Amino acid sequence: MTELSAIAQRIVDRANDGEALEAYVARGTDTELRVYEGEIESLATATSAGVGIRILLAGDDGARAGFAWAGSLDQDAIDLALDNARENARFAAPDPFVALSEPDGVAAKEISLRAADFDDVSLDDKIAMTKELDRLTRSADLRIRQVDSADYGDSIVESAIASTNGVAVSSQRTNAFLSVSALAGSDDETQTGSGFSIGRRPQDLDLADASSQAVERSVRMLGAKKVPSMKTTVIFDPRVASTLLSVIAGALSGEAVVKGRSFFEGRLGEMVAGSDVSIIDDPTDLRAFSASRFDGEGLACRRNVLIENGRLTNFVYDTVSARRAGTVSTGSAVRGGYAGTPGAGCRAVVLSPGKHSSQEILSSVGDAFYVQSITGVHSGVSPVSGDFSVGAEGLLIRNGEFAEPVREVTVASTLQKMLLSMVAIGNDVTFLPGVACGQTLAISDFQLSGS
Amino acid sequence: MTIAPELVAPDVLERVLAVAVERGGEMAEVFCEERSNRNALFDDNKVEELASGQERGAGIRVIVGETTGFAHTADLSEEGLMAAARAAAAVAKEGGGGTRRIALESRRVHESSVREFPASVAMADKLELLSQANDAARGSGDAISQVQVSYAEGRRRILVATTEGTHASDDQVRTRFNVVCVATGDTGLQTGYESLAKTEGFEIFDDVDVAQLGRTAAGRALAKLTARPAPSGEVPVVLAGGSGGILFHEACGHGLEADHIVKDSSVYCGQLGQLVASPLVTLVDDGTVTGEWGAFAIDDEGRPAQRNVLIENGILTDYMWDWLRARKEGRASSGNGRRESYAHLPMVRMTNTYLLAGEEDPDEIVAQTPHGVYVSKLGGGQVNTATGDFVFGTTEAYLIENGKITEPLRDANLIGNGPDVLRKIDAIATDFSMTPGTCGKDGQSVPVGCGQATLRITGVTFGGTAA
Repeated sequence: MTELSAIAQRIVDRANDGEALEAYVARGTDTELRVYEGEIESLATATSAGVGIRILLAGDDGARAGFAWAGSLDQDAIDLALDNARENARFAAPDPFVALSEPDGVAAKEISLRAADFDDVSLDDKIAMTKELDRLTRSADLRIRQVDSADYGDSIVESAIASTNGVAVSSQRTNAFLSVSALAGSDDETQTGSGFSIGRRPQDLDLADASSQAVERSVRMLGAKKVPSMKTTVIFDPRVASTLLSVIAGALSGEAVVKGRSFFEGRLGEMVAGSDVSIIDDPTDLRAFSASRFDGEGLACRRNVLIENGRLTNFVYDTVSARRAGTVSTGSAVRGGYAGTPGAGCRAVVLSPGKHSSQEILSSVGDAFYVQSITGVHSGVSPVSGDFSVGAEGLLIRNGEFAEPVREVTVASTLQKMLLSMVAIGNDVTFLPGVACGQTLAISDFQLSGS
Repeated sequence: MTIAPELVAPDVLERVLAVAVERGGEMAEVFCEERSNRNALFDDNKVEELASGQERGAGIRVIVGETTGFAHTADLSEEGLMAAARAAAAVAKEGGGGTRRIALESRRVHESSVREFPASVAMADKLELLSQANDAARGSGDAISQVQVSYAEGRRRILVATTEGTHASDDQVRTRFNVVCVATGDTGLQTGYESLAKTEGFEIFDDVDVAQLGRTAAGRALAKLTARPAPSGEVPVVLAGGSGGILFHEACGHGLEADHIVKDSSVYCGQLGQLVASPLVTLVDDGTVTGEWGAFAIDDEGRPAQRNVLIENGILTDYMWDWLRARKEGRASSGNGRRESYAHLPMVRMTNTYLLAGEEDPDEIVAQTPHGVYVSKLGGGQVNTATGDFVFGTTEAYLIENGKITEPLRDANLIGNGPDVLRKIDAIATDFSMTPGTCGKDGQSVPVGCGQATLRITGVTFGGTAA
């Protein structure tokens, strides 16, 4: 039993008669490093820990749930959180669907998310790597006029969940990343591009790749202009496709669906996408950086097929949303740290790869707009209505070749229409930070708004 | 977890600061914070979730040349603070600092001016407000299919001490109330949102009818059920007073933050004294506006809040500064050093950013716009400070035809370039008001206010689907 499991179990042991109790305990140690103009701008290291406690009071009309958290594992902080969770539960409305997770016999896949040799890289080596990222990016191209920041970060995260229903799990993971932001241009023009590399340990990071992404993305935008409004096919690069998939994943949350806050509501079993489109959430795939053995309620994570050959087959559920929908948890409870309650969400979404490479897709579309980055996703995309309108920059494609760069335009459609208009799906599946992979993706019938 | 009212005693702070700079370093700072939050969520017609939490800790930074060392701890004992001080000081490798005696000035204590601490109000009273807003929203129309109402209260007590002698504390209480509605119709689902958020206590409800907040949110969702697609391309846009003010936050606010300026990654670099906006524009960032969402007595570096004029009659007059960036320029901070929590480094952030009101009648501005879009409520936005390109989204908008507000439009983002859009403002009305928002930068969120009166932009690109 890990130290955190023991703490979680001791909290569970303090449940009173008639109470169901769940304790989530987490601890993280982070290093964050930023280099600017060849020098360390900031260096931060720290460990933080906390606990989140849910208490359910049983009653004839259903259970009443209360939650409290503390940013410490000190006994007095835990005691106060226990009191507050109990107090909060007294005021909640009884709800027959509210319950803690029940162990369902599904075994967690044996995957290791903690790199054993994570600690072999010294702080001095991490500093040297970040300085090299800054130097390499500055010197890669004469048109790079500034590197805004070169960042390194890593973390070791441990967590444990225990409950009066017999849940008792713990997990550990390590992460490391490098990122760099480059400014290309001269006195009268600036274009920006970023690059990154991510892995489970610092040894996996590819600084040359991160640097070349930032350089290529900023330099190829030089001379970018607004273009006239038009109807066009849009090609999303893997990063943008990943963002799009994350939004669609939000609408595939069973919690959003049962509460009538998803455009997928009432459409189970229907064709919602082209017949070559399958969307799968698979946190057991070790290649996904967000892979996980257990969900936020301690059930085994599992592979869930949500859209299969265009047909909507399932949603992801945590315990409460599953009960509300008359089904069972898909092992998809997610929580935003110890201060948050669990909800239903995807962790590692993949869009089924197509047959073609990125290059073949570019060549086949003729004329299109290749989008390398989008902005305003939180203000212009709704997983409820499906409306989609984002700021975009990238390059026009003419006769299958990259042509002039474009900035200060928007592209708009609806998520419903986009799912039905995917004209080419790349085979270049790229594992990225966040809850979704990405690949080159061509979607027809967008409205580009410009001059 | 009962805390001594002063968080950490002055003599402890002095000893910790001395250790932080004993290996060298120009400045060290101890930032202590104690935070408690309570949230109540009313969803799907019932009280669904009640949550509360507490945390406290300290972040310690040591500045050595151009390098900042930082460490944080949840342990506010002298031993805990000493360990964090040594970790933060580890960036000073050369040594040679020697023992410095730290003498703090007497503490500037800012008591909360809150009239009714939310923590002292009975839970039943809070839940009653949620229920009232829910009922009013649902009563607004049969098409309202889901309503979520949330209440949040937070109290944040901070204490800042530095080797320069700064020694100040603040007690910040914030209260927020949000309503989100979904309406269902033949065209699918639409959402409507309304919020109330102030740096005040439970008295924020004294002269606000929460039922009206519910009806407003519901009205927005209902209006969009019959909305037509938003236009595509450049159109004249009238932004209603209090529609969000996010325009200035994105079009120039972020670009005027000195961390972007000293790195030459803002389009507003080197523009001081120059015309960067229409002469009608006077823009202020002001942490002193009592009660507004981005207000405080001291910033998170211990500097008193102040009112800073950024653009005056279209001319750029100043940027916003924190301690670190001000030091580089040999000037004082402008009270814009903020951080999400003790576990974060401070950086330059906005407070309450607003455009001073003009002289025109808001109705006249609409009447004198033959064709365009009237935006009555904005959502969020985003900016690339280096290029100046920014987007901001609408959550309630209508066509203007022949000087009259006509049909509702679906949500969309607008895109523009900061300096270009600011020059195209040709009318500003008298009907000023502020709205709350949450500003994200470099992974940290802080509460901010935005304000403006009704104004017109002669042309900005609307990102809808209607060709």
